Amino acid sequence: MLQVENLTVYYKTIRGYVQALEQATFKIADGEIMGLAGESGCGKTTLGHSLIYLRPPMNYIGGRVVLDGQELPIWDMEKMREFRYRHVSLIPQYAMNALNPTRKIGRMIAELLESRGVNYNDVLPELKRRLDLVQLTHDVLKMYPIELSGGMKQRTVMVVSTLLNPSLLIADEITSALDVSTQKAVCEMLVEFRDRGFVKSTIIITHDISILYQIADSILVMYAGQLSEKAPSEIIFRDARHPYTRLLIGSLPKVGVRYREERLRGIPGSPPQLLNPPPGCRFRERCPVAFDRCVEVPPFLEISPGHFVACWRAY
Amino acid sequence: MLSLEHVTKIYRLGAFGLQKLIAVRDVTFEIGEREIVSLIGESGSGKSTIGKLILRLIPLTSGRICFEGTDVSTLNGRSLKEYYRKVQGVFQDPFASFNPIFKADRIFRMIREEFYPGMNAREWSEKVEGALRAVGLNPPDVLNKFPHQLSGGQLQRFLVARALLLDIRLLIADEIISMLDASTRVDVLNLLADLKARGLSILFITHDLSLGYYISDRAVILYRGRIAEMGPTDRVYNYPLHPYTEMLMEAVPRLDRKWDEEIRVEREGELASMAVTGCVYASRCPKAIDICKEQEPELKEAEAGHFVACWA
Repeated sequence: MLQVENLTVYYKTIRGYVQALEQATFKIADGEIMGLAGESGCGKTTLGHSLIYLRPPMNYIGGRVVLDGQELPIWDMEKMREFRYRHVSLIPQYAMNALNPTRKIGRMIAELLESRGVNYNDVLPELKRRLDLVQLTHDVLKMYPIELSGGMKQRTVMVVSTLLNPSLLIADEITSALDVSTQKAVCEMLVEFRDRGFVKSTIIITHDISILYQIADSILVMYAGQLSEKAPSEIIFRDARHPYTRLLIGSLPKVGVRYREERLRGIPGSPPQLLNPPPGCRFRERCPVAFDRCVEVPPFLEISPGHFVACWRAY
Repeated sequence: MLSLEHVTKIYRLGAFGLQKLIAVRDVTFEIGEREIVSLIGESGSGKSTIGKLILRLIPLTSGRICFEGTDVSTLNGRSLKEYYRKVQGVFQDPFASFNPIFKADRIFRMIREEFYPGMNAREWSEKVEGALRAVGLNPPDVLNKFPHQLSGGQLQRFLVARALLLDIRLLIADEIISMLDASTRVDVLNLLADLKARGLSILFITHDLSLGYYISDRAVILYRGRIAEMGPTDRVYNYPLHPYTEMLMEAVPRLDRKWDEEIRVEREGELASMAVTGCVYASRCPKAIDICKEQEPELKEAEAGHFVACWA
């Protein structure tokens, strides 16, 4: 169970703070796969990374992160080391580049485990079982990364990242560089890992919302550093209450929709600068239903069980 | 209007060019007047190579590309310039298409120097503003700015506007919206539909099936440099004939239907450089029969306008 309360992270630049993540408050239950969606620059990667590796120029401003009843010292890189990999793990965006090219896969895993005080040979039987599960031969342990295809590397990294059964897994854009057929297999593996209890909670960061509809239990939508809406996937797609979520879903081309029959519309305008963002709801300028109340920041409230939204029009 | 006849492209790799990589093999299709054709394929299918071949950025190995009846490879000097007046490309990364040191509208000035040296300044600025309006931009907002001051969607429209300054007939759009944000990409997509209404033909190269469905009249599905299937978009999508197309349609994440609950790791295809006898998809194909491994299937017309290369 992950609880995030008022987490605020800024980027320090010469011209001031870029307010990339503002007062994020949400929970993820055990066994929940939460999708984190939004456009580029909305703070989704900042949020994901701040839970595991908050490095400069990211600056911790405030808030608490509690994982399984224990507070994570996310502001302290050294103290976080004890939690990283063991309790919180990450599948990075470019898994193909995440492997050390000068080490055989097995040796690299051994070194990684050793740095966490775990004996490689104790874990080896489980490692082999998991390689079987993702349909990789045990020979990959004796291979160099260059000998594997993109999809195989991706699966290897997934197995390595979850080997110590972390409580929280963060998957950052793991499908964006893959072909549709491989994409589907990778996504289904994430579900399988959850079902088998390798990980408790999963956060999938992606810009591809249709992937989330397939595998996520809930979806958190962000806009310009603020949380807009969190709800079970079905509700996000069928009954979203935040105007941004609705417009975003409405702008997605789907198989079965053609421009001649149904012309989709984008959202006019562009997100605000986060260096000195305007006060209040940051979607205000592009919002078709904005009114004078929107100059105040709307609170992220639960309007029905499991459905949170930050919009004055929705309460 | 544009026709590709048995187009093949082989890249030579390695220190002395000893290895061969067959990027495109025996591809034949046409793009008609006012038609949007989407060229769909996964990475390594040769879709971008076809775009580059049409734009003559790389030479053909064999086959012919004809534009309005003339063989494109015979063009040079003045006639090549005339070709570029009519055929232009826009590519994936809008930020990479601009020199960050110069203002973004330099691309228009270069067009004027190259193609319209005689035009006077007022006429020219009217033409530029017209083109910018045609792509949905407000000229005062975007002119005289550096690339970093504009968004990806605006830059991509800039490039389309640049093409519109010429007497463009055919636009090669290579993954032009895959780098754009969800809320703006559909506007660029609609822009293509508007251009079609103005009489343009478009070759829309994409890996995203839903985009291809939204915009195109005809779809060409490529697999490892070969055409697996092509035909009217709704037939190809709703009644796919090739097992590869079927697999794609099943795997594409949709918003109206969830995936079947079943893990299937696709067998990896062999490297494209390997010589293949028979159908290139046979090693991954669930329906493969003996003949698939021995002989390459021809592209056959299964119903009016709908072609498929499969023995089954």
